Amino acid sequence: MTTDLAGYLIENEPFYAPIGDEIAVFEAAWRNGLPILLKGPTGCGKTRFMEHMAWRLHRPLITVSCHDDLTASDLVGRFLVKGGETHWVDGPLARAVRLGAVCYLDEVVEARKDTTVVIHPLADDRRVLPIEKIGELLRAPPEFCLAISYNPGYQSVLKELKQSTRQRFVALEFDYPAPAMEQHIIVKETGVDEALAAQLVKFAHMTRNLKGQGLDEGASTRLLVHAAKLMVDGVAPVTACQAAIAQALTDDPDMLTAVNELSSSLF
Amino acid sequence: MAEQGNASDLHDIIAQLDEALEVEFTFYNTQDAAIAIAALAPRSIAFVLDWVRRVASINTEIGFQFAVKAPQALAELEQTMIEAWLLHAMDTYDRDGLHPAIAVMQDMEGFVHYGNERLAGALLVEHESILTRFVQGLAGRQLKVREAESSLPYTDTETLFLPRMLARFANPADNFRLYKVMAAHLWAQTRFGTWRTDPTDLLAGYANPQRALRCLHLLERVRLDARIAAELPGLYRDSRLLLHLSQEDDDDSSLPLAIRQHLQLASASLDDSLRYLDTIYPQLDPTPLCYQGSLRPDLVAVVRAERIAREQAMLRVTLAEMLEDNPTLQRLQQEGKELTVEPQEDAMHELSMEIKLDGQPLAPPEIVNELVTSIMLDFGEIPEDYLVPAGAGEYDISQYQTQALRPEDVWSGTYHEEGAFLYNEWDYRRKHYKKNWCVLRELPGASGELDFYHQTMHKYRGLLLSVRRTFELLRGEDRLLKRQSEGDDVDIDALVDAWPDFIKGGEMTNRLFTRMRREDRSIAVLFMVDMSGSTRGWINDAEREALILMAEALQVLGDRYAIYGFSGWARKRCEVFGVKTFDEPMTDAVRERLCGIEPKDYTRMGAPIRHLTDKLKEVDARVKLLITLSDGKPDDYDLEYRGQYGIEDTRMALFESRREGVHAYCITIDSQGKDYLPHMYGAASYTVLDDIADLPLKISDIYRKLTS
Repeated sequence: MTTDLAGYLIENEPFYAPIGDEIAVFEAAWRNGLPILLKGPTGCGKTRFMEHMAWRLHRPLITVSCHDDLTASDLVGRFLVKGGETHWVDGPLARAVRLGAVCYLDEVVEARKDTTVVIHPLADDRRVLPIEKIGELLRAPPEFCLAISYNPGYQSVLKELKQSTRQRFVALEFDYPAPAMEQHIIVKETGVDEALAAQLVKFAHMTRNLKGQGLDEGASTRLLVHAAKLMVDGVAPVTACQAAIAQALTDDPDMLTAVNELSSSLF
Repeated sequence: MAEQGNASDLHDIIAQLDEALEVEFTFYNTQDAAIAIAALAPRSIAFVLDWVRRVASINTEIGFQFAVKAPQALAELEQTMIEAWLLHAMDTYDRDGLHPAIAVMQDMEGFVHYGNERLAGALLVEHESILTRFVQGLAGRQLKVREAESSLPYTDTETLFLPRMLARFANPADNFRLYKVMAAHLWAQTRFGTWRTDPTDLLAGYANPQRALRCLHLLERVRLDARIAAELPGLYRDSRLLLHLSQEDDDDSSLPLAIRQHLQLASASLDDSLRYLDTIYPQLDPTPLCYQGSLRPDLVAVVRAERIAREQAMLRVTLAEMLEDNPTLQRLQQEGKELTVEPQEDAMHELSMEIKLDGQPLAPPEIVNELVTSIMLDFGEIPEDYLVPAGAGEYDISQYQTQALRPEDVWSGTYHEEGAFLYNEWDYRRKHYKKNWCVLRELPGASGELDFYHQTMHKYRGLLLSVRRTFELLRGEDRLLKRQSEGDDVDIDALVDAWPDFIKGGEMTNRLFTRMRREDRSIAVLFMVDMSGSTRGWINDAEREALILMAEALQVLGDRYAIYGFSGWARKRCEVFGVKTFDEPMTDAVRERLCGIEPKDYTRMGAPIRHLTDKLKEVDARVKLLITLSDGKPDDYDLEYRGQYGIEDTRMALFESRREGVHAYCITIDSQGKDYLPHMYGAASYTVLDDIADLPLKISDIYRKLTS
């Protein structure tokens, strides 16, 4: 069973601007074999943080974006039939355990409830992954790291993370960065000029003022980066905000108009 | 011949008018009107007579007015415009009574003028929600948008009052732009400190306070425009564009350059404007620009004083509560440490302040942040005495907490419609809705004795078992799908079958896997129970028994369900009683309310259907069902709702709910139900029970058929 480690290694430093001591906490948790839960609104940098940490720790990163049809086999592995024989193929989680990689389950509550249970033995001090179908008990090497992310904000009550799951993790909370930092991130990511980046941040705050007044979430840092990329490519700021931010935030026509009016007031 | 034909037409028209206008009782003389109408083209005659009938069904006087005016109206207006005019008159009648409606009928020209303005203008009702969100997106206090009493916009620092309609420019887009710039100017007044001092005696020293106010507004506008130009350049461009369109002088050349330049500095404040007021007051009497509106110190003074008292109390009480909850902070405070405020590091604007105790930032609840922002807007700082936590009993903050009106409390005086829902009602005669016609309140259902529940469970224990069993079969179970091309496991049977193909050198099928599929029943059902007086006795008992059995069965099935009763007494008193909401688990409290369903008044069905459809709309489910348990046709105290009117309104309400993706079904014991139910619910969406005693037996059957 060969697994290609190189494909999952991150060679160049992904840009990440720390907000607090999340890097130190993550490293300490990793050294002690503790799994990690990242909480925070969408687009605030959770995935980027994981890439950065994987690079920092020189570990391969295996990311699984969870969806509501994700089964335990999708994570652990399954038999395939090839030339009249059955072959076992590791799922991403099993592969990560074998490689001693960082396994990141993005938006874990989206997965079916029974799926989250398979990570339980990996997420406590046993640190094992039983693969019943081939009768193997995978022991995680010290370098292995399990991280999951979870957005407490918008999911329905049906998709709360179970206590038995969440109480196994060291939790790191993420939020949108402070204005100066957010501006810095946008400039760094896209090369847009400082003044435009500042306006974008201001616009983001306007939409965040509307959270709960008709918007489920304000504009995330990711959306700002998208808009800035369009601007750098020559799209007019108002159009860029419309396409990259307003339309991504809402379908409600009144709200769309209001958000577009805000952006056209700013630029 | 032709003349004869005309004569018979004329007689016919007179006869029709007389009938529509009930001349027997009202004694209108329809002769002249009929002669004028007879001279119209045949299609116009039909149009006029149809509308006379429709309008007269509301009020014969309005109908007569139209009959008289119709020829003139047709000569001057398009038919669609006439329809709009008549509908406006009828709405006015519904809302304000006969005299205002007659005024609308007599002022046709006024309506035409208004109509033309409407075409090019922008209406506040159409843009209110956009403008509200727009100003809420801008930083600061959460402002509301309301209709102004005058044609000029103004603010009381908590609400922006905007004109009902703007028609200053030739197209709706520019008029909307004007709304936006007006709203932003008013926002800027609150945001950049036009009202940072008590405005009561601000202009007392001037011989002509109104003129002084206009001068002050000019100075403030120059100052605020500069701030808007810096903060919202796009909006500033919009305002210049509007000035250009309205050919107004925007360079403020009336103001000395030095004053202008000073006011345009970012550091300029209200104090500067007040200082310059003395200089320009003797020389100028400025007229406001199109978006400027008026300053209303009288309104601001009241709202501001009330708010300042409220926010001081709220902040101090909240701080006291925070300290109370936190022993560490409490200890620090007892050591004589004081609360301080500092500008928040890295904040978006200077309005966010951080409250600290002994240098340690507190983590205040969101309400404190809102209070701090609002206080900053009023003072530009947080006054020291605001930071002294309130002592016990120092304030009675209950007076400041906005209390949700209890539906029962607003009963007294049926015209108090606060806290109630307003619904349109369909009037089949005028072929149009009556706007906000029904006043509906949602009340908690009364609790009854649980005994009834236990008796029912005992009485039907056999039935219950079988119902449970059938429902269990319905429940979506995980199903193992075989011979899939993708799946979690190898399907050995399929593999064995495919093996010979492979041996023979043929191609093996790729359907070799098994897969688990979860069957989700995504169903939400709402039971709407007739609580009219006619259900008194065994009908009510049967309803309750049926609901109890149904609820128990649904617990097994896991479908989401809600139960509401409805009753009413004329249009101002429609009631919906909550027995169980969708999210509520089945508890004894719910069971008690189930037992407490009791006969009340009448059956005005339209408004409850519309209300409960809204409830279903909020639920996320693939199939939505509205099941009505009823004992008869729609009926109400006012004779109007009886008969066809009620049936047509109910039918329309059901149409509306079907449009929202709700399937409506009716279970009734009215043996005449077959006469009207197909018309209301559709041919296959009802069941008539011969015997009410069957209801508990049949309801689960019906439900099972409906949902599988």
